[in-house]
Amino acid sequence: MADQGQSLVDPYTGLKAMELNLGPQHPSTHGVLRLRVRLDGEQVKACEPIIGYLHTGIEKTYEDLIFQQGNMLSDRADYVSPIINNLCYVLTVEKLLQIEVPKRCQYIRVMFAELSRIASHLVWLGTSAMDMGAMSPFFYTFQQRELILDLIEMAAGYRMNPSYFRVGGLMRDLPPGFSARLHAFLDGFPHWLDEYRGLLDKNPIWLDRLKGTATISLAQALDYGWTGPLLRALGVAHDLRKSNPYSSYEDFAFDVPTEQDGDVYARYKVRMREMEESLKIVRQAIDNLPEGPWHVANEKIYPPEKEEIAQSMEALIYHFKLYSEGFLVPPGEAYVGVEGPKGELGCYIVANGAGKPYRVHVRGPSFYNLQALPALVQDRMLSDVVAAIGSIDIVLGEVDR
Amino acid sequence: MNDLLEDLRRHFADRLSLLEPFGQHVAHLLYAADIVDVVSLLKARGFSLLLDVTAVDRLGREPRFDVVYHLYHLELKDWLRLKLQVGGDPPEVPSVTSLFKAANWAEREVYDMFGIVFRGHPDLRRILMPDDWQYHPLRKDYPITGVGPLPPLARE
Repeated sequence: MADQGQSLVDPYTGLKAMELNLGPQHPSTHGVLRLRVRLDGEQVKACEPIIGYLHTGIEKTYEDLIFQQGNMLSDRADYVSPIINNLCYVLTVEKLLQIEVPKRCQYIRVMFAELSRIASHLVWLGTSAMDMGAMSPFFYTFQQRELILDLIEMAAGYRMNPSYFRVGGLMRDLPPGFSARLHAFLDGFPHWLDEYRGLLDKNPIWLDRLKGTATISLAQALDYGWTGPLLRALGVAHDLRKSNPYSSYEDFAFDVPTEQDGDVYARYKVRMREMEESLKIVRQAIDNLPEGPWHVANEKIYPPEKEEIAQSMEALIYHFKLYSEGFLVPPGEAYVGVEGPKGELGCYIVANGAGKPYRVHVRGPSFYNLQALPALVQDRMLSDVVAAIGSIDIVLGEVDR
Repeated sequence: MNDLLEDLRRHFADRLSLLEPFGQHVAHLLYAADIVDVVSLLKARGFSLLLDVTAVDRLGREPRFDVVYHLYHLELKDWLRLKLQVGGDPPEVPSVTSLFKAANWAEREVYDMFGIVFRGHPDLRRILMPDDWQYHPLRKDYPITGVGPLPPLARE
Protein backbone atom coordinates (compact mmCIF):
# COMPACT_ATOMS: atom_id res chain seq x y z
CA MET A 1 0.00 0.00 0.00
CA ALA A 2 1.25 3.45 -0.86
CA ASP A 3 0.90 4.83 2.64
CA GLN A 4 2.03 1.67 4.33
CA GLY A 5 3.20 2.18 7.88
CA GLN A 6 1.34 5.40 8.54
CA SER A 7 -2.02 4.79 10.11
CA LEU A 8 -4.93 6.74 8.80
CA VAL A 9 -6.76 8.59 11.57
CA ASP A 10 -10.31 9.82 11.28
CA PRO A 11 -10.26 13.60 12.00
CA TYR A 12 -13.65 13.55 13.78
CA THR A 13 -13.52 10.43 15.91
CA GLY A 14 -9.76 10.17 16.31
CA LEU A 15 -10.09 6.46 15.59
CA LYS A 16 -7.66 4.59 13.38
CA ALA A 17 -8.82 3.29 10.02
CA MET A 18 -9.50 -0.41 10.03
CA GLU A 19 -7.43 -2.77 7.98
CA LEU A 20 -9.24 -5.81 6.71
CA ASN A 21 -7.99 -8.93 5.01
CA LEU A 22 -10.24 -10.33 2.29
CA GLY A 23 -9.14 -13.79 1.36
CA PRO A 24 -7.07 -15.67 0.38
CA GLN A 25 -9.73 -18.26 1.22
CA HIS A 26 -12.89 -16.33 0.60
CA PRO A 27 -15.67 -17.45 -1.72
CA SER A 28 -16.14 -14.09 -3.36
CA THR A 29 -12.52 -13.68 -4.39
CA HIS A 30 -12.82 -16.38 -7.06
CA GLY A 31 -9.84 -18.45 -6.10
CA VAL A 32 -6.98 -17.57 -3.85
CA LEU A 33 -6.80 -13.81 -4.12
CA ARG A 34 -5.98 -11.83 -1.02
CA LEU A 35 -6.93 -8.18 -0.65
CA ARG A 36 -5.66 -5.86 2.02
CA VAL A 37 -8.30 -3.23 2.37
CA ARG A 38 -8.08 -0.14 4.54
CA LEU A 39 -11.50 1.07 5.57
CA ASP A 40 -12.91 4.29 6.90
CA GLY A 41 -16.26 3.08 8.13
CA GLU A 42 -17.47 1.17 5.12
CA GLN A 43 -15.54 3.27 2.63
CA VAL A 44 -12.47 1.81 0.97
CA LYS A 45 -9.49 4.12 1.44
CA ALA A 46 -6.84 1.81 0.07
CA CYS A 47 -6.82 -1.63 -1.46
CA GLU A 48 -3.88 -3.81 -2.31
CA PRO A 49 -4.29 -7.14 -4.11
CA ILE A 50 -1.73 -9.70 -2.96
CA ILE A 51 -1.26 -12.49 -5.44
CA GLY A 52 1.00 -15.50 -5.87
CA TYR A 53 -0.92 -18.03 -3.77
CA LEU A 54 -1.52 -20.14 -6.88
CA HIS A 55 1.93 -19.71 -8.40
CA THR A 56 2.91 -23.13 -9.72
CA GLY A 57 5.88 -22.19 -11.88
CA ILE A 58 4.19 -22.99 -15.17
CA GLU A 59 6.67 -20.91 -17.17
CA LYS A 60 9.63 -22.71 -15.58
CA THR A 61 8.06 -26.13 -16.14
CA TYR A 62 7.54 -25.36 -19.84
CA GLU A 63 11.31 -25.21 -20.27
CA ASP A 64 11.67 -28.80 -19.08
CA LEU A 65 8.98 -30.36 -21.29
CA ILE A 66 8.98 -31.07 -25.02
CA PHE A 67 6.66 -28.95 -27.10
CA GLN A 68 3.76 -31.45 -27.21
CA GLN A 69 3.85 -31.89 -23.46
CA GLY A 70 3.79 -28.14 -22.94
CA ASN A 71 0.28 -28.14 -24.31
CA MET A 72 -1.07 -29.68 -21.13
CA LEU A 73 0.45 -26.86 -19.06
CA SER A 74 -1.52 -24.33 -21.05
CA ASP A 75 -4.72 -26.04 -19.86
CA ARG A 76 -3.83 -25.25 -16.30
CA ALA A 77 -3.30 -21.53 -16.65
CA ASP A 78 -6.85 -20.33 -17.27
CA TYR A 79 -8.60 -23.48 -16.10
CA VAL A 80 -12.04 -22.03 -16.80
CA SER A 81 -11.43 -21.89 -20.56
CA PRO A 82 -8.52 -24.29 -21.14
CA ILE A 83 -9.34 -24.78 -24.82
CA ILE A 84 -8.53 -21.17 -25.69
CA ASN A 85 -5.20 -21.47 -23.87
CA ASN A 86 -4.47 -24.58 -25.96
CA LEU A 87 -5.28 -22.57 -29.06
CA CYS A 88 -2.92 -19.75 -28.14
CA TYR A 89 -0.08 -22.14 -27.38
CA VAL A 90 -0.40 -24.33 -30.47
CA LEU A 91 -0.76 -21.29 -32.75
CA THR A 92 2.52 -19.90 -31.41
CA VAL A 93 4.37 -23.18 -31.90
CA GLU A 94 2.86 -23.55 -35.37
CA LYS A 95 4.05 -20.05 -36.21
CA LEU A 96 7.58 -21.01 -35.18
CA LEU A 97 7.34 -24.18 -37.27
CA GLN A 98 5.78 -22.17 -40.12
CA ILE A 99 3.01 -24.66 -40.71
CA GLU A 100 -0.69 -24.11 -41.27
CA VAL A 101 -3.27 -26.66 -40.26
CA PRO A 102 -6.04 -27.76 -42.69
CA LYS A 103 -9.30 -25.80 -42.91
CA ARG A 104 -11.35 -28.48 -41.16
CA CYS A 105 -9.04 -28.35 -38.17
CA GLN A 106 -9.23 -24.55 -38.07
CA TYR A 107 -13.03 -24.67 -38.06
CA ILE A 108 -13.14 -27.25 -35.30
CA ARG A 109 -10.73 -25.12 -33.29
CA VAL A 110 -12.95 -22.07 -33.72
CA MET A 111 -15.99 -24.09 -32.71
CA PHE A 112 -14.43 -25.31 -29.48
CA ALA A 113 -12.87 -21.96 -28.69
CA GLU A 114 -16.30 -20.33 -28.84
CA LEU A 115 -17.95 -23.09 -26.79
CA SER A 116 -15.21 -22.54 -24.27
CA ARG A 117 -15.87 -18.80 -24.26
CA ILE A 118 -19.54 -19.45 -23.50
CA ALA A 119 -18.55 -21.86 -20.70
CA SER A 120 -16.20 -19.27 -19.24
CA HIS A 121 -18.83 -16.52 -19.37
CA LEU A 122 -21.31 -18.88 -17.71
CA VAL A 123 -18.93 -19.40 -14.81
CA TRP A 124 -18.49 -15.65 -14.55
CA LEU A 125 -22.26 -15.04 -14.66
CA GLY A 126 -23.10 -17.69 -12.10
CA THR A 127 -20.42 -16.77 -9.61
CA SER A 128 -20.75 -13.01 -9.86
CA ALA A 129 -24.53 -13.25 -9.47
CA MET A 130 -23.98 -15.43 -6.43
CA ASP A 131 -21.63 -12.80 -5.01
CA MET A 132 -24.51 -10.32 -5.30
CA GLY A 133 -26.73 -12.68 -3.35
CA ALA A 134 -28.62 -14.20 -6.27
CA MET A 135 -28.32 -17.91 -5.74
CA SER A 136 -30.44 -19.38 -8.52
CA PRO A 137 -28.54 -18.13 -11.63
CA PHE A 138 -25.58 -20.17 -10.43
CA PHE A 139 -27.48 -23.43 -10.77
CA TYR A 140 -28.92 -22.54 -14.16
CA THR A 141 -25.59 -21.41 -15.62
CA PHE A 142 -23.64 -24.39 -14.32
CA GLN A 143 -26.26 -26.73 -15.73
CA GLN A 144 -25.67 -25.34 -19.23
CA ARG A 145 -21.92 -25.26 -18.72
CA GLU A 146 -22.12 -28.93 -17.91
CA LEU A 147 -23.56 -29.56 -21.38
CA ILE A 148 -20.57 -27.78 -22.93
CA LEU A 149 -18.18 -29.80 -20.82
CA ASP A 150 -20.00 -32.94 -22.00
CA LEU A 151 -19.37 -31.88 -25.60
CA ILE A 152 -15.69 -31.31 -24.84
CA GLU A 153 -15.51 -34.67 -23.10
CA MET A 154 -17.13 -36.34 -26.08
CA ALA A 155 -14.43 -35.00 -28.40
CA ALA A 156 -11.35 -34.99 -26.18
CA GLY A 157 -12.11 -37.51 -23.43
CA TYR A 158 -11.63 -34.94 -20.68
CA ARG A 159 -13.95 -32.32 -19.25
CA MET A 160 -11.63 -29.92 -17.50
CA ASN A 161 -8.11 -30.08 -18.96
CA PRO A 162 -8.79 -31.47 -22.40
CA SER A 163 -5.59 -30.60 -24.36
CA TYR A 164 -7.76 -31.22 -27.40
CA PHE A 165 -5.74 -29.05 -29.76
CA ARG A 166 -2.34 -30.43 -30.65
CA VAL A 167 0.52 -28.84 -32.50
CA GLY A 168 -0.30 -29.56 -36.14
CA GLY A 169 -3.90 -30.58 -35.61
CA LEU A 170 -6.27 -32.02 -33.05
CA MET A 171 -6.15 -34.94 -30.70
CA ARG A 172 -8.63 -36.70 -32.98
CA ASP A 173 -11.44 -35.89 -35.36
CA LEU A 174 -14.99 -35.19 -34.15
CA PRO A 175 -16.60 -38.41 -32.92
CA PRO A 176 -19.75 -39.78 -34.61
CA GLY A 177 -22.95 -38.26 -33.28
CA PHE A 178 -21.19 -35.06 -32.20
CA SER A 179 -23.02 -32.78 -34.59
CA ALA A 180 -26.46 -33.88 -33.39
CA ARG A 181 -25.54 -33.36 -29.78
CA LEU A 182 -24.01 -29.96 -30.49
CA HIS A 183 -27.15 -28.91 -32.36
CA ALA A 184 -29.27 -29.97 -29.41
CA PHE A 185 -27.21 -27.66 -27.22
CA LEU A 186 -27.32 -24.80 -29.74
CA ASP A 187 -31.10 -25.06 -30.04
CA GLY A 188 -31.64 -25.14 -26.32
CA PHE A 189 -29.21 -22.47 -25.18
CA PRO A 190 -30.95 -19.26 -26.42
CA HIS A 191 -33.90 -20.13 -24.19
CA TRP A 192 -31.58 -20.32 -21.19
CA LEU A 193 -29.93 -17.05 -22.08
CA ASP A 194 -33.38 -15.47 -21.93
CA GLU A 195 -33.96 -17.23 -18.66
CA TYR A 196 -30.79 -15.69 -17.16
CA ARG A 197 -31.86 -12.28 -18.36
CA GLY A 198 -35.29 -12.86 -16.90
CA LEU A 199 -33.74 -13.63 -13.54
CA LEU A 200 -31.44 -10.63 -13.50
CA ASP A 201 -32.44 -7.84 -15.87
CA LYS A 202 -35.43 -6.65 -13.86
CA ASN A 203 -34.09 -7.55 -10.48
CA PRO A 204 -33.87 -4.24 -8.57
CA ILE A 205 -31.05 -5.45 -6.31
CA TRP A 206 -28.99 -6.59 -9.27
CA LEU A 207 -29.49 -3.27 -11.07
CA ASP A 208 -28.80 -1.20 -7.96
CA ARG A 209 -25.58 -2.98 -7.17
CA LEU A 210 -24.29 -2.97 -10.75
CA LYS A 211 -25.23 0.34 -12.30
CA GLY A 212 -22.59 3.00 -11.79
CA THR A 213 -20.41 0.64 -9.77
CA ALA A 214 -16.65 0.26 -10.24
CA THR A 215 -16.36 2.67 -13.15
CA ILE A 216 -13.11 3.60 -14.80
CA SER A 217 -12.24 6.06 -17.55
CA LEU A 218 -11.08 4.85 -20.95
CA ALA A 219 -7.68 6.51 -20.52
CA GLN A 220 -7.17 4.71 -17.22
CA ALA A 221 -8.27 1.38 -18.67
CA LEU A 222 -5.75 1.65 -21.51
CA ASP A 223 -3.12 2.70 -19.03
CA TYR A 224 -3.68 -0.54 -17.13
CA GLY A 225 -3.52 -2.61 -20.32
CA TRP A 226 -7.17 -3.65 -20.27
CA THR A 227 -8.41 -5.68 -23.23
CA GLY A 228 -11.38 -7.87 -24.07
CA PRO A 229 -14.91 -7.39 -22.69
CA LEU A 230 -13.67 -4.87 -20.12
CA LEU A 231 -12.42 -2.53 -22.85
CA ARG A 232 -15.50 -3.16 -24.98
CA ALA A 233 -17.67 -2.07 -22.05
CA LEU A 234 -15.97 1.33 -22.48
CA GLY A 235 -16.99 1.67 -26.11
CA VAL A 236 -13.82 0.40 -27.83
CA ALA A 237 -14.79 -2.22 -30.43
CA HIS A 238 -11.42 -3.96 -30.18
CA ASP A 239 -11.57 -7.69 -30.74
CA LEU A 240 -8.59 -9.69 -31.98
CA ARG A 241 -10.93 -12.08 -33.77
CA LYS A 242 -11.87 -9.16 -36.03
CA SER A 243 -8.73 -7.02 -36.01
CA ASN A 244 -6.10 -9.78 -36.30
CA PRO A 245 -8.03 -12.89 -37.34
CA TYR A 246 -6.42 -16.24 -36.62
CA SER A 247 -7.59 -19.79 -37.27
CA SER A 248 -10.02 -18.65 -40.03
CA TYR A 249 -12.09 -16.26 -37.90
CA GLU A 250 -12.34 -14.08 -41.02
CA ASP A 251 -14.75 -16.67 -42.49
CA PHE A 252 -17.36 -16.10 -39.81
CA ALA A 253 -19.99 -13.39 -39.52
CA PHE A 254 -20.41 -11.97 -36.03
CA ASP A 255 -20.68 -8.63 -34.28
CA VAL A 256 -18.50 -7.11 -31.59
CA PRO A 257 -20.86 -5.89 -28.85
CA THR A 258 -19.88 -2.69 -27.07
CA GLU A 259 -21.29 -0.55 -24.28
CA GLN A 260 -20.45 3.00 -23.27
CA ASP A 261 -20.80 3.26 -19.50
CA GLY A 262 -17.80 1.26 -18.34
CA ASP A 263 -19.52 0.15 -15.13
CA VAL A 264 -20.24 -3.34 -13.88
CA TYR A 265 -23.61 -3.36 -15.62
CA ALA A 266 -21.99 -2.51 -18.99
CA ARG A 267 -19.57 -5.43 -18.55
CA TYR A 268 -22.51 -7.69 -17.76
CA LYS A 269 -24.35 -6.61 -20.90
CA VAL A 270 -21.27 -6.99 -23.13
CA ARG A 271 -20.62 -10.53 -21.92
CA MET A 272 -24.28 -11.55 -22.28
CA ARG A 273 -24.29 -10.41 -25.89
CA GLU A 274 -20.92 -12.03 -26.52
CA MET A 275 -22.46 -15.37 -25.66
CA GLU A 276 -25.07 -14.81 -28.39
CA GLU A 277 -22.33 -13.96 -30.89
CA SER A 278 -20.31 -17.03 -29.91
CA LEU A 279 -23.40 -19.13 -30.46
CA LYS A 280 -23.66 -17.71 -33.99
CA ILE A 281 -20.04 -18.61 -34.70
CA VAL A 282 -20.41 -22.17 -33.39
CA ARG A 283 -23.49 -22.68 -35.57
CA GLN A 284 -21.68 -21.40 -38.66
CA ALA A 285 -18.66 -23.58 -37.91
CA ILE A 286 -20.62 -26.81 -37.55
CA ASP A 287 -22.89 -26.09 -40.53
CA ASN A 288 -20.03 -25.16 -42.88
CA LEU A 289 -17.53 -27.65 -41.53
CA PRO A 290 -15.24 -28.58 -44.44
CA GLU A 291 -14.46 -32.22 -45.13
CA GLY A 292 -10.89 -33.37 -45.40
CA PRO A 293 -7.86 -33.89 -43.21
CA TRP A 294 -7.85 -32.55 -39.65
CA HIS A 295 -4.11 -32.52 -39.06
CA VAL A 296 -1.02 -31.62 -41.04
CA ALA A 297 0.38 -34.32 -43.31
CA ASN A 298 3.86 -33.82 -41.87
CA GLU A 299 4.78 -36.93 -39.89
CA LYS A 300 7.74 -35.17 -38.31
CA ILE A 301 5.26 -33.03 -36.41
CA TYR A 302 2.00 -34.96 -36.15
CA PRO A 303 2.29 -38.65 -35.19
CA PRO A 304 1.12 -41.31 -37.69
CA GLU A 305 -2.00 -43.41 -37.10
CA LYS A 306 -1.69 -46.37 -34.77
CA GLU A 307 -2.48 -48.91 -37.52
CA GLU A 308 0.29 -47.49 -39.65
CA ILE A 309 2.86 -47.96 -36.90
CA ALA A 310 2.23 -51.71 -36.90
CA GLN A 311 2.81 -51.92 -40.65
CA SER A 312 5.39 -49.35 -41.65
CA MET A 313 8.97 -49.00 -40.44
CA GLU A 314 9.06 -45.26 -41.20
CA ALA A 315 5.90 -44.65 -39.21
CA LEU A 316 7.42 -46.48 -36.25
CA ILE A 317 10.57 -44.36 -36.44
CA TYR A 318 8.59 -41.12 -36.66
CA HIS A 319 6.47 -42.19 -33.74
CA PHE A 320 9.51 -43.08 -31.64
CA LYS A 321 11.28 -39.79 -32.45
CA LEU A 322 8.18 -37.73 -31.70
CA TYR A 323 7.61 -39.28 -28.30
CA SER A 324 11.26 -39.30 -27.21
CA GLU A 325 12.94 -36.08 -28.29
CA GLY A 326 9.86 -34.46 -29.83
CA PHE A 327 9.94 -32.36 -32.98
CA LEU A 328 12.72 -29.83 -33.28
CA VAL A 329 11.64 -26.21 -33.54
CA PRO A 330 14.04 -23.96 -35.49
CA PRO A 331 15.59 -21.08 -33.53
CA GLY A 332 13.41 -18.02 -33.38
CA GLU A 333 10.79 -16.30 -31.30
CA ALA A 334 7.14 -15.54 -31.85
CA TYR A 335 4.23 -13.92 -30.06
CA VAL A 336 0.62 -14.78 -30.79
CA GLY A 337 -2.29 -12.97 -29.21
CA VAL A 338 -5.77 -14.48 -29.28
CA GLU A 339 -9.06 -13.14 -27.97
CA GLY A 340 -9.60 -14.96 -24.71
CA PRO A 341 -12.81 -14.70 -22.67
CA LYS A 342 -11.04 -12.24 -20.34
CA GLY A 343 -9.03 -10.26 -22.87
CA GLU A 344 -5.94 -10.64 -24.96
CA LEU A 345 -4.31 -13.95 -24.19
CA GLY A 346 -0.74 -13.90 -25.46
CA CYS A 347 1.93 -16.52 -25.76
CA TYR A 348 5.58 -15.64 -26.36
CA ILE A 349 7.90 -18.52 -27.14
CA VAL A 350 11.65 -18.46 -27.69
CA ALA A 351 12.99 -21.58 -29.41
CA ASN A 352 16.64 -22.51 -29.81
CA GLY A 353 16.42 -25.44 -32.21
CA ALA A 354 15.79 -28.10 -29.56
CA GLY A 355 12.75 -30.23 -28.81
CA LYS A 356 12.04 -28.16 -25.71
CA PRO A 357 11.28 -24.44 -25.70
CA TYR A 358 13.97 -22.11 -24.38
CA ARG A 359 11.44 -19.78 -22.80
CA VAL A 360 7.66 -19.60 -22.74
CA HIS A 361 5.81 -16.61 -21.40
CA VAL A 362 2.05 -16.39 -21.06
CA ARG A 363 0.38 -13.01 -21.06
CA GLY A 364 -2.61 -13.74 -18.89
CA PRO A 365 -5.24 -11.01 -19.34
CA SER A 366 -6.43 -11.45 -15.75
CA PHE A 367 -3.02 -10.40 -14.45
CA TYR A 368 -3.33 -7.00 -16.10
CA ASN A 369 -7.05 -6.60 -15.48
CA LEU A 370 -6.70 -7.30 -11.77
CA GLN A 371 -4.03 -4.63 -11.43
CA ALA A 372 -6.69 -1.95 -11.90
CA LEU A 373 -8.80 -3.19 -8.97
CA PRO A 374 -7.54 -0.55 -6.48
CA ALA A 375 -8.54 2.19 -8.94
CA LEU A 376 -11.99 0.61 -9.37
CA VAL A 377 -12.85 0.53 -5.67
CA GLN A 378 -11.12 3.66 -4.34
CA ASP A 379 -13.49 5.62 -2.05
CA ARG A 380 -16.34 3.20 -2.67
CA MET A 381 -18.27 0.96 -0.33
CA LEU A 382 -16.76 -2.34 0.77
CA SER A 383 -19.66 -4.23 -0.80
CA ASP A 384 -18.68 -2.79 -4.18
CA VAL A 385 -15.30 -4.52 -3.93
CA VAL A 386 -17.08 -7.84 -4.35
CA ALA A 387 -19.03 -6.55 -7.36
CA ALA A 388 -15.81 -5.19 -8.89
CA ILE A 389 -13.93 -8.48 -8.49
CA GLY A 390 -16.82 -10.34 -10.07
CA SER A 391 -17.02 -7.93 -12.99
CA ILE A 392 -13.35 -8.16 -14.01
CA ASP A 393 -13.70 -11.95 -14.18
CA ILE A 394 -10.31 -13.06 -12.93
CA VAL A 395 -8.96 -16.58 -12.89
CA LEU A 396 -6.14 -16.88 -10.42
CA GLY A 397 -4.55 -19.74 -12.30
CA GLU A 398 -3.84 -17.28 -15.05
CA VAL A 399 -2.80 -14.44 -12.75
CA ASP A 400 -0.24 -16.49 -10.83
CA ARG A 401 0.65 -19.12 -13.43
CA MET B 1 2.70 0.96 -39.64
CA ASN B 2 5.71 1.20 -41.92
CA ASP B 3 5.68 5.02 -41.77
CA LEU B 4 5.63 4.83 -38.02
CA LEU B 5 8.54 2.42 -37.89
CA GLU B 6 10.47 4.57 -40.36
CA ASP B 7 9.87 7.50 -38.06
CA LEU B 8 11.18 5.47 -35.13
CA ARG B 9 14.29 4.53 -37.08
CA ARG B 10 14.91 8.19 -37.99
CA HIS B 11 14.58 9.30 -34.37
CA PHE B 12 16.90 6.72 -32.92
CA ALA B 13 19.15 6.24 -35.97
CA ASP B 14 21.85 3.66 -35.25
CA ARG B 15 20.69 3.03 -31.69
CA LEU B 16 17.82 0.88 -32.88
CA SER B 17 17.40 -1.85 -35.51
CA LEU B 18 14.18 -3.23 -36.95
CA LEU B 19 13.52 -6.83 -37.86
CA GLU B 20 10.51 -8.77 -39.10
CA PRO B 21 10.58 -12.43 -38.09
CA PHE B 22 7.36 -14.30 -39.06
CA GLY B 23 5.85 -11.01 -40.24
CA GLN B 24 6.01 -9.54 -36.72
CA HIS B 25 7.54 -6.15 -36.08
CA VAL B 26 10.47 -6.22 -33.69
CA ALA B 27 12.66 -3.30 -32.68
CA HIS B 28 16.00 -4.04 -31.02
CA LEU B 29 17.33 -1.30 -28.81
CA LEU B 30 21.07 -0.97 -28.53
CA TYR B 31 21.02 0.88 -25.19
CA ALA B 32 18.71 0.02 -22.31
CA ALA B 33 18.69 3.70 -21.31
CA ASP B 34 16.68 4.54 -24.45
CA ILE B 35 13.64 2.48 -23.46
CA VAL B 36 11.69 5.30 -21.81
CA ASP B 37 12.22 7.61 -24.81
CA VAL B 38 11.23 4.89 -27.28
CA VAL B 39 8.09 3.89 -25.38
CA SER B 40 7.07 7.50 -24.86
CA LEU B 41 7.47 8.23 -28.59
CA LEU B 42 5.45 5.12 -29.45
CA LYS B 43 2.75 6.08 -26.96
CA ALA B 44 2.50 9.53 -28.53
CA ARG B 45 2.11 7.87 -31.96
CA GLY B 46 -0.86 5.80 -30.87
CA PHE B 47 0.51 2.65 -29.28
CA SER B 48 -2.03 2.89 -26.52
CA LEU B 49 -1.63 -0.56 -24.95
CA LEU B 50 1.46 -1.86 -23.23
CA LEU B 51 0.46 -5.51 -23.26
CA ASP B 52 3.35 -7.18 -21.61
CA VAL B 53 6.83 -6.93 -20.16
CA THR B 54 8.92 -10.05 -19.79
CA ALA B 55 12.52 -11.26 -19.97
CA VAL B 56 14.65 -14.09 -21.30
CA ASP B 57 17.75 -15.39 -19.54
CA ARG B 58 20.53 -16.07 -22.08
CA LEU B 59 22.92 -17.65 -19.61
CA GLY B 60 26.45 -17.67 -21.01
CA ARG B 61 25.96 -14.60 -23.16
CA GLU B 62 27.09 -11.16 -22.12
CA PRO B 63 24.94 -9.10 -21.54
CA ARG B 64 22.96 -11.91 -20.00
CA PHE B 65 19.29 -10.89 -20.19
CA ASP B 66 16.82 -9.84 -22.87
CA VAL B 67 13.96 -7.65 -21.69
CA VAL B 68 10.96 -7.86 -24.02
CA TYR B 69 8.03 -5.44 -24.31
CA HIS B 70 4.87 -5.94 -26.36
CA LEU B 71 2.80 -2.96 -27.44
CA TYR B 72 -0.42 -2.80 -29.43
CA HIS B 73 -1.72 -0.08 -31.71
CA LEU B 74 -5.52 0.05 -31.66
CA GLU B 75 -5.94 1.95 -34.97
CA LEU B 76 -3.25 0.21 -37.00
CA LYS B 77 -4.23 -3.09 -35.38
CA ASP B 78 -0.72 -4.39 -35.00
CA TRP B 79 1.77 -5.42 -32.36
CA LEU B 80 5.29 -4.15 -31.88
CA ARG B 81 7.90 -5.98 -29.84
CA LEU B 82 10.74 -4.05 -28.24
CA LYS B 83 13.84 -5.90 -27.16
CA LEU B 84 16.87 -4.79 -25.28
CA GLN B 85 19.84 -6.54 -23.71
CA VAL B 86 20.96 -5.96 -20.18
CA GLY B 87 23.81 -7.30 -18.08
CA GLY B 88 25.63 -6.42 -14.87
CA ASP B 89 24.91 -7.42 -11.30
CA PRO B 90 22.19 -6.60 -10.61
CA PRO B 91 21.03 -5.91 -14.16
CA GLU B 92 19.31 -2.52 -14.35
CA VAL B 93 16.72 -1.14 -16.76
CA PRO B 94 14.78 2.14 -16.51
CA SER B 95 11.16 1.58 -15.56
CA VAL B 96 8.32 2.57 -17.91
CA THR B 97 5.75 2.77 -15.10
CA SER B 98 5.60 6.55 -15.55
CA LEU B 99 4.17 5.95 -19.05
CA PHE B 100 2.01 2.88 -18.51
CA LYS B 101 0.58 1.72 -15.20
CA ALA B 102 0.36 -1.76 -16.70
CA ALA B 103 4.13 -1.97 -16.35
CA ASN B 104 3.89 -1.87 -12.55
CA TRP B 105 3.03 -5.51 -11.89
CA ALA B 106 4.73 -6.71 -15.07
CA GLU B 107 8.06 -5.23 -14.00
CA ARG B 108 7.59 -6.58 -10.50
CA GLU B 109 7.12 -10.03 -11.99
CA VAL B 110 10.31 -9.70 -14.06
CA TYR B 111 12.18 -8.52 -10.97
CA ASP B 112 10.80 -11.44 -8.97
CA MET B 113 11.56 -14.06 -11.62
CA PHE B 114 14.86 -12.75 -13.05
CA GLY B 115 16.25 -10.27 -10.54
CA ILE B 116 16.28 -7.44 -13.07
CA VAL B 117 16.02 -4.12 -11.26
CA PHE B 118 13.77 -1.49 -12.81
CA ARG B 119 15.14 1.94 -11.92
CA GLY B 120 12.41 4.44 -11.03
CA HIS B 121 9.79 1.79 -10.24
CA PRO B 122 7.57 3.07 -7.40
CA ASP B 123 7.16 -0.23 -5.58
CA LEU B 124 9.67 -2.86 -6.69
CA ARG B 125 8.84 -5.86 -4.51
CA ARG B 126 8.39 -9.55 -5.21
CA ILE B 127 4.94 -10.35 -6.51
CA LEU B 128 4.50 -14.10 -7.05
CA MET B 129 7.16 -15.63 -4.83
CA PRO B 130 7.17 -15.15 -1.02
CA ASP B 131 8.69 -11.84 0.11
CA ASP B 132 11.68 -13.50 1.76
CA TRP B 133 12.57 -15.77 -1.16
CA GLN B 134 16.28 -15.69 -1.89
CA TYR B 135 16.45 -16.59 -5.56
CA HIS B 136 15.01 -15.72 -8.94
CA PRO B 137 13.31 -18.87 -10.25
CA LEU B 138 13.21 -18.22 -13.99
CA ARG B 139 16.96 -17.77 -14.23
CA LYS B 140 18.56 -20.63 -16.10
CA ASP B 141 20.90 -21.47 -13.23
CA TYR B 142 17.95 -22.05 -10.88
CA PRO B 143 17.26 -25.81 -10.88
CA ILE B 144 13.82 -26.96 -12.01
CA THR B 145 13.56 -29.13 -8.91
CA GLY B 146 13.83 -26.05 -6.70
CA VAL B 147 16.40 -25.18 -4.05
CA GLY B 148 16.59 -26.28 -0.44
CA PRO B 149 13.69 -26.85 1.93
CA LEU B 150 10.51 -24.83 1.66
CA PRO B 151 10.38 -21.76 3.88
CA PRO B 152 8.01 -21.81 6.88
CA LEU B 153 4.44 -21.00 5.93
CA ALA B 154 3.67 -18.27 8.43
CA ARG B 155 5.90 -15.28 8.07
CA GLU B 156 3.90 -12.27 9.11
